[in-house]
Amino acid sequence: MNHFKVEFMTDSPSSKAQAYWRENIRTVLFLLAIWFIVSYGMGVLFADALDHFRFLGFRLGFWMAQQGAIFCFVILIFVYVYKMNKLDHKYGVDEDKDDYVPDEDYYHLEGGPQDSDPEP
Amino acid sequence: MDVQALTFIFVGVTFAMYIGIAIWSRAGSTDEFYVAGGGVSPLANGMATAADWMSAASFISMAGIISFIGRDGTVYLMGWTGGYVLLALLLAPYLRKFGKYTVPDFVGDRYYSDVARVVAVVCTIFISFTYVAGQMRGVGIVFSRFLEVEITTGVLIGMAIVFFYAVLGGMKGITYTQVAQYCVLIFAFMVPAIFISMMMTGNPVPQLGFGSTLADGSGIYLLDKLDSLSTELGFGAYTEGRKSTIDVFFITAALMIGTAGLPHVIVRFFTVPKVRDARISAGYALVFIAILYTTAPAVASFARVNLIQVVNQTPYSQTPQWFKNWEDTSLIAWVDKNKDGKIQYLAGKPFKGKPQFNEGRGLHGERLIANPSTENGNELYIDRDIIVLANPEIAQLPAWVIALVAAGALAAALSTAAGLLLVISTSIAHDLMKKIVLPTITDKQELMFARISAAFAISIAGYFGIHPPGFVAQVVAFAFGLAASSFFPVLLMGIFSKRMNKEGAITGMITGIGFTAGYIIYFKFINPGANTPENWWLGISPEGIGTLGMIFNFIVSYGVSRLTPEPPEKVRAMVENIRIPQGAGDAYHHHLRH
Repeated sequence: MNHFKVEFMTDSPSSKAQAYWRENIRTVLFLLAIWFIVSYGMGVLFADALDHFRFLGFRLGFWMAQQGAIFCFVILIFVYVYKMNKLDHKYGVDEDKDDYVPDEDYYHLEGGPQDSDPEP
Repeated sequence: MDVQALTFIFVGVTFAMYIGIAIWSRAGSTDEFYVAGGGVSPLANGMATAADWMSAASFISMAGIISFIGRDGTVYLMGWTGGYVLLALLLAPYLRKFGKYTVPDFVGDRYYSDVARVVAVVCTIFISFTYVAGQMRGVGIVFSRFLEVEITTGVLIGMAIVFFYAVLGGMKGITYTQVAQYCVLIFAFMVPAIFISMMMTGNPVPQLGFGSTLADGSGIYLLDKLDSLSTELGFGAYTEGRKSTIDVFFITAALMIGTAGLPHVIVRFFTVPKVRDARISAGYALVFIAILYTTAPAVASFARVNLIQVVNQTPYSQTPQWFKNWEDTSLIAWVDKNKDGKIQYLAGKPFKGKPQFNEGRGLHGERLIANPSTENGNELYIDRDIIVLANPEIAQLPAWVIALVAAGALAAALSTAAGLLLVISTSIAHDLMKKIVLPTITDKQELMFARISAAFAISIAGYFGIHPPGFVAQVVAFAFGLAASSFFPVLLMGIFSKRMNKEGAITGMITGIGFTAGYIIYFKFINPGANTPENWWLGISPEGIGTLGMIFNFIVSYGVSRLTPEPPEKVRAMVENIRIPQGAGDAYHHHLRH
C-alpha cells in the first residue's frame, strides 16, 4: 500500500534511512564474524588444535564441529532478532510504529501476532 | 502386538491426522495456495520450516552416513544448519518485505528481466525435482521394510496422501500438516535416541550421553571406545577426519550457502505476517532443526558401537532377526570369504558394487551374492540408510518404538515432498503461466493451473520413486551447488547492492551455474574414474565446488554491473523499500479485509 511508503519518505529524510541501514550492516557483519569463527574457525580450520582440550568429555574441536557450532547458530539468530527489533524501534521503521509492542508481549500474545496489530 | 500391526496403526493414525488437517485448511485463493494468505504465526512457521527442511535424508540417511564417516560427517551437521544464520540475517526479512510469492518473482522484478525470471524458474524446478525423487524413494523403503508391501504400492499410497493435501490445501494445508509432521518426526527421532543413550551411557540426554563414559562400569568414554574399536578394525579413528581441511571447508560452505538459496525454504518465510516474524521464524526453525541435528551425531556414534559389537565375529546363524530382515530387503549382504561361518566386519568393500543376489541360500542360510569378491578381509555390506531405521532393533527396544520410527520417517519424507511439490507447482502456474505465457488469466484460472501442475509434479515424483534414477545421490551435490552458485549471490546482491543490474545478475548466474554444473558433470558423469582428490581443482570435491562457483558469480556480476548501465530508478526505489521493515504487515491486513 502506498501511503506507508509515502509516510516513511516524508517523515524520515533519506539520511535517517541510510543511518539505519549502516547500523543494520554493522550488526550483521559483527554477527557473521562470530558465525564464521565458531563454525569454520573452531570447527574446521583450528579444530585439530582444539582437540587437545577436553570439554564435557569430548575433544573440543570435535564437539564444536558436531554440536557447539549448531548451538551458536541458534543463539546468533536470536541475538540478531533482538538487536534488529531494537534498531527498528530506534529509527521508527518498525511495523508497529504507532503502538510499539515490546518483544516479550509481541511474541507471546494469545492467538498469534496478527491479533495485536492495529487496524490502519 | 507385533511390530507390523503397530506400524500399521501408527502410520494409519498419522495419515488420518494429515488428511483431517488438510480438509480443515483448504485454500480458496492463489494467495492462500502460494503463501497461506501470509497469516502463519512465526512459531508455526518455524515448525513447518523445520519439517519442510528435514527430509528423508535428514531423518533416515544423515545419522547413518555420520555413523560410517565419523568426524567428516561434520560437513552435513554444520552445513545444513549454518545456512539458517545466512537466511535469517541476509535474506528472509527482506524477501518477506518484498512480499510476493516466489523466488523467481523476486529475481524477475528486481532485475527487471524475463530472462532472469526464466533462469530462476528453471533452477527452481531442477533443484526441487532432484530433491523430491529422494523423498518418494524414502517413502518406498519404509513401506517395503515395515509394512511389507511392494515399494510401488508404498510410493502410490504416499503419492495419494501428498496429492490430497497439497492439491487441496496448497501452502495453507501444507503448513499445518507440516506442523503435525514435525511433531511426529521429532518424537520418533528422539524416543529411540533417549532410550539408547540411557542404555549405553546412563545419561538420558543424547547430546550429553555422546560425551559420557560407558554405562558398563569400565569408565571409558564412549567416543574413546569407538575410536579404539574403529582403529582396530582398520576404519581409522572415529573422531578424526579423512577429508582434507580445504575440502571440508568448501563442502560445508556449499551446503550452508545452498541451504540459504533453496527456494522451498525461502518461500516459507513469505507466509508470516511481518518482517519481524520472518526474522524470529528463522530462529524458531533452527531451534527445531537443531534438536534433531545435535542428536543425530549422538545416534550415529551409539549405533556404530552397537553395530560393531553385535555383528563383528558373530556366527551368521546367531545373528539377530533384524539382520536377516534387512538382508531380505537387500540392504545387508554377507559373503563368508574365509569359510568360518562368522561375520568379519573390517574396513574396505566386501565385494565390487552394490549387492546382486543369486537365487538360493548358502551353507549358513545366508543369501548368495553374485558380485566378485575383493581381496580384503571384510565380509559385510551394510547400506548406510538402514542405521536409523534399524537402530531401535539393534538396541532391542520395544516394538512400539520401531513402529514410531517408521511413522516418523514417513512424516519427514512426506512433509519435504509436499513443500517441494508446492514450489514446483507455483513456479509453473505463477512464474511461467501467469507472468510470462498467459498474463491475462484470472486468479481462479491461475489456481486451477497451480493444482494441475501440483498433480503433474506428484506423478513425476512418484515415477522417480518407483523407478529411481541411479544418479539421485550424485545430483544432491548438484542441487546445493546450483542453489549456492546461482540464487544466493543474486538474492544477496539484489538486496545489498543498489547498483547491481540485470546484465550483472544474468552473467553472474550463468557463470556460477556453468562453472559448477560443468565441474560436477565432468567428475560425476563424464569421467567418474577421475573423481579422486589428486584430480580435483585445488583439492575441492564436486560437493564443495558450488562455493567456488558462488565466488565466480560475485566477481563476474560485480565487474559486469560496473561496465553496464545502472538499474532504473524504479528498481532502486524498490531496493530502498525492502530494506525498511515498515509496511509489510500492511499488505497482510489489506488482504484480510478483502
